[in-house]
Amino acid sequence: MKYFDYAATTPPFEEVITTVAEIMRRHYGNPSSMHRYGEDADKLLKRSREVCAAALGVYPSEIVFTSGATESNNLAIKGVALQYQTRGKHIVTVSTEHPSVYEACRQLTNLGFEVTFLPVDAEGHVSAEQVCAAVRKDTILVSIMHVNNETGRVQPVHDIGAALKKQFPRILFHIDGVQGFGKLPVDIRGWRADLYSLSAHKLRGPKGAGLLFVREGVEIFPLHSGGSQEQGFRAGTENVPLLVGMSKAVRLAGERQAETARRMTEWRERVVAEVQTIPQLRLNSGEEAPHIVHFSYPGMKAEVLLHTLEQLGVAVSTKSACSSKLAEPSRVLQAMGRNEAEASGGIRISFGDEHTEQDIDELILALQQAVAKLESLERWKR
Amino acid sequence: MHYDMLLLRFGEFTLKGKNRTRFEKAVLNHVKLLLKPFPGASLRKEFGRIYVVLGGEPYEQIIQVLQKVFGITTISPVKMAPVELGAIIETAVALMRELNVAEGTTFKVNARRVWKEFAHSSQEMNHLIGSPILREFQALRVDVHQPDIELRVEVREQAAYIFSDVIMAVGGFPLGTNGKAMLLLSGGIDSPVAGWSSMRRGLEIECVHFYSYPFTSERAKEKVIELARVLAGYAGRIKIHLVPFTEVQTAFTRTGQDNLIITLMRRSMLRIATMLAEREGALALVTGDSLGQVASQTLSSMNVIGRSTELPLLRPLVMMDKQEITEIAKRIGTYDLSILPYEDCCTLFVPKSPTTNPNLWVVQKIEASIRDLNALIEQAVAATETLVLESGGAIEGRNEEVIQEDWF
Repeated sequence: MKYFDYAATTPPFEEVITTVAEIMRRHYGNPSSMHRYGEDADKLLKRSREVCAAALGVYPSEIVFTSGATESNNLAIKGVALQYQTRGKHIVTVSTEHPSVYEACRQLTNLGFEVTFLPVDAEGHVSAEQVCAAVRKDTILVSIMHVNNETGRVQPVHDIGAALKKQFPRILFHIDGVQGFGKLPVDIRGWRADLYSLSAHKLRGPKGAGLLFVREGVEIFPLHSGGSQEQGFRAGTENVPLLVGMSKAVRLAGERQAETARRMTEWRERVVAEVQTIPQLRLNSGEEAPHIVHFSYPGMKAEVLLHTLEQLGVAVSTKSACSSKLAEPSRVLQAMGRNEAEASGGIRISFGDEHTEQDIDELILALQQAVAKLESLERWKR
Repeated sequence: MHYDMLLLRFGEFTLKGKNRTRFEKAVLNHVKLLLKPFPGASLRKEFGRIYVVLGGEPYEQIIQVLQKVFGITTISPVKMAPVELGAIIETAVALMRELNVAEGTTFKVNARRVWKEFAHSSQEMNHLIGSPILREFQALRVDVHQPDIELRVEVREQAAYIFSDVIMAVGGFPLGTNGKAMLLLSGGIDSPVAGWSSMRRGLEIECVHFYSYPFTSERAKEKVIELARVLAGYAGRIKIHLVPFTEVQTAFTRTGQDNLIITLMRRSMLRIATMLAEREGALALVTGDSLGQVASQTLSSMNVIGRSTELPLLRPLVMMDKQEITEIAKRIGTYDLSILPYEDCCTLFVPKSPTTNPNLWVVQKIEASIRDLNALIEQAVAATETLVLESGGAIEGRNEEVIQEDWF
């Protein structure tokens, strides 16, 4: 079986597994303890912070360790909302955001906040003009994802940051960077981001570890009360082994980005070209990240195609993993103006850096065979 | 942006006549050391300048590193072109395009024909290069007196260099060209700034830190090591001597002379630092004293404390305001570390009312009354642990079993 669901999660680097195990065994101290065990753990934590900061081009003091992207996104959005609610209670985001952003914003509407969910065009893009036009006097936060987790669509975060900060320097700008880091160049300062979320397990690090960049000077209301860990922004004993594992994965992903992008883009182009030759499939094409190919099989339930591909030895995904067990059509595709049949038939193929040319050959073959097989079984289609 | 080289210009030491070569060599060595993490980059020396040939390495990062090199005043990222007018113009236009000029930007070309065989004179070139640029970029206006952009073109035999940016660097004298001194490094804001200021005047610095385990924590010591590591970012590498001070310090607490205890401690610190300086071949001591800041920094205290050493005592911050010092600390990257809240040995036994006007005769008498003081001082020197800190690298001389680099 070949795994093509890297946008959902990735197999950890072998070195990350070894490191995490080794640190669990040897450095179990609480980094807040005063004795040697605590100090040792604290040293490891500190170095992890430095390594992550270097990979992101920011200061170590701007890194808040979390349990993953969902927590980072929630902390960014609710943390800013609660901290700055005296400035205003309006948030701007996009209708195609990841559930951890989308639902966090929706939840805030129950607390008296107002949220503008910007529509996207047929390509899934939102423009800087749209963002700025949605801004009101009481807007405190704009949250935009770098790369869409379902379709791989790349948002113009640079333009949005530039336009936003030029006109409204006081509004905070959060970028969900989970699917972008390691695949596309990342420039947190250049994008003028105040907050940036990352998750370790999308980068071949361990699950349960993530980080939130919080620009110097920005305050966030902590969602967990307790000790003063992570500058008071996130109480709770830090998971030192996982965080060290994450720092390694983040460093490697950052260093290999250009090479990774080059290889993945080649595969992506091959798969895209193939999808275009199969008349039943409709590519949801446009400006995309190198690791995701997304297409629909209008009229075919995506799940059927997924299982057919699975029988042929290829694991892919429908929608995002987070919402794939829900029966509804994809919210992201609907926001892009796809009809219900198209939005229910979306398939996502996502690559990892260790795939080979041969894996892609197998994938393409499986795709051709699956469509042919389903086509011949006309009555199964609906 | 795409650049081929960085041009590094030197500062005031170029006035130094005969010693100039020695100064240039020191800068060159320092640059070499800091370029280690960029294996693609190489160095080329010309009279009065150094070029870093980038070889595909990221120029922004390298500039950041080289801005810390003492003796370098400015840095310009340079594009190279073959020595041929068409190619020079093309490269100049490419550079202007990357600069993305806004409407109304003023501009001039400043060409220099270093290689006199080249067919066009400097004057001619100003015109020959300027005209096509003005044609292509309608937004530009010419201003030969105070242009926003001065596009400089140097024609040499091997290649033409084209650049416009001039980025300020730290200046001063190359590291180590004015000898070596011992810096008394505490965890506070001042002493790291004193160290940096000394390095900028061409002094090589070794750090001496006094710790009082178990009265101060291991973390206080780590914090000072981190501070020294920031200084190593400027020096390439730096030595730090960690002196166990508990025994000496507690000997003073037994004398019952509370208000003099800081004076006594300081004198012993200078003695220990002097012994280390002699061992390491350093010719001066550097402290972070700033006149009047605390009791031990009144003129009267400085007099009594300073008499415990025969070495010149350099106090680069002596006439500075706390605010000025804080600003430098922020700029050089030590401030955030300095304000971490760990006690060090100086804050530990601070009496309720330390004297601002100690009496040398009394102090000497108390010292004489502690029978084993000299032995304690010698023991402290003997038990001193020395670490070598590399800029951005691991710590030498210490068994770093906690941090295994392959974990990260």
